[in-house]
Amino acid sequence: MIRLCDVHKSFGGNHVLRGVDLGVERGQSMVIIGGSGTGKSVVLKCILGLIRPDAGRIEVDGRDVTQGDRDDFLAKFGMLFQGAALFDSLPVWQNVAFRLLRGRGKRPRAEAREIAVEKLRRVGLGPEVADLLPAELSGGMQKRVGLARAIAADPAIIFFDEPTTGLDPIMAGVINELIREIVAEMGATTVTITHDMTSVRAIADRVAMLHRGKIRWTGPVEEMDAARDPYVDQFISGRAEGPIETLR
Amino acid sequence: MIAALARIGRLALAALAALGRIALFTVQTFSHLVRPPFYPREFGQAVMSVGWQSLPVVALTAVFTGGALALQIYSGGARFSAEAVVPQIVAIGMVRELGPVLVGLMVAARVTSSIAAEIATMKVTEQIDALVTLSTDPMKYLTLPRVLAAGLTVPVLVAVGDIIGIFGGYMVGVYRLGFTPVTYLQNTVDFLEPLDIISSLVKGGAFGLLAALAGCYFGMRSSRGAQGVGRATKGAVVAASVLILAANFVLTEVFFSA
Repeated sequence: MIRLCDVHKSFGGNHVLRGVDLGVERGQSMVIIGGSGTGKSVVLKCILGLIRPDAGRIEVDGRDVTQGDRDDFLAKFGMLFQGAALFDSLPVWQNVAFRLLRGRGKRPRAEAREIAVEKLRRVGLGPEVADLLPAELSGGMQKRVGLARAIAADPAIIFFDEPTTGLDPIMAGVINELIREIVAEMGATTVTITHDMTSVRAIADRVAMLHRGKIRWTGPVEEMDAARDPYVDQFISGRAEGPIETLR
Repeated sequence: MIAALARIGRLALAALAALGRIALFTVQTFSHLVRPPFYPREFGQAVMSVGWQSLPVVALTAVFTGGALALQIYSGGARFSAEAVVPQIVAIGMVRELGPVLVGLMVAARVTSSIAAEIATMKVTEQIDALVTLSTDPMKYLTLPRVLAAGLTVPVLVAVGDIIGIFGGYMVGVYRLGFTPVTYLQNTVDFLEPLDIISSLVKGGAFGLLAALAGCYFGMRSSRGAQGVGRATKGAVVAASVLILAANFVLTEVFFSA
């Protein structure tokens, strides 16, 4: 469903992606792991067209992402951003129903609100939250609202950018569980980027490790611990010693 | 010597590149005027924020400036027995120059900074990226409504500023300098010409567009972090102020060069 072939991206002299090859099948939950600054977010942004790759090809459903109608393409996607990226000036329900209130998929306001409240309920938030502003919510609640917004238009593909960063372990567990449940219900294809190994084990069908701008290892999550790759081994065990250079 | 020339060349190239980017940004913004979808709700909110909420500061600036102008003209005019021209000079000074320029600079301080800070914060917190993933063009949703609102409401603010500025001069003229109310108003009305008012409103429109475009441009190009937001805001206000003063000179030349 999603295929990246030899994707390169540099920012000035910083070569972030140096030939990324990756495939994600329909209905699969792919988790990309890797250290900070290895370009995990850049991969997602390249797929979405938020960043234009310098070279390589990205296909979704067999079509080059740079071709065809952009709105149709983006309508397939939902995304949960690292900091939730909720719109400060809009109440929660309008954040969730943003896509339903504008553009081609526009619905009547009352219906959009109803859908938003239902999606909020799905992520464990009551209707009393609907009229609050994002600044009035805790970090965990903001993540849930971001998740509700990502699933509001029932997209076929959902991206999760560090879904548990900044949350306490219990809230992180709740978010992981929600993601797993919702994805199973919707049958969506997902790509998650994270360095939280608990999330990886909770969410992933397959795991890909990005290191030095390339996919270093990829395989089913069950095989991750047995992968005889020193980089993967160091990363999942969280050791400072190993082939991955660390700053001290 | 060559190093100095190279540096000048680099600066000139950088300035030209920046001008090109701003021109492209302006063209992109206005190209959305004819391409749906449109966002009337965002436009309405921008009108309230740029126009309605700027009224108090514009009114205060104008009334004090008009009053001070009357005092200056009276004391300056006294050196060559021309105290009687206070109403005429206040009117022409406010309508042709001070009204549009002061309102433009006030809008740059209040609106440009707010637009730049808001959009830059949206950029660094990935809200702009979120807009794109939600099939919403940030230029259409954020930039066009603000630019359009500023272009349409700042002329109204300038008209209000002109009237209040003249009123400030009138208050000082009548209650402090001893002019009779009827004479003061008669001299004001008789002296102003339609071209004065037209130039004032055109300047207002141009300054509004420049102020909003600068805020949006610097906000959209903001780099990461709080420092990026600060730099974008400062850059936007400085650019808007300089552009407004430069445009004022050009428009004055266009309207009154004969």
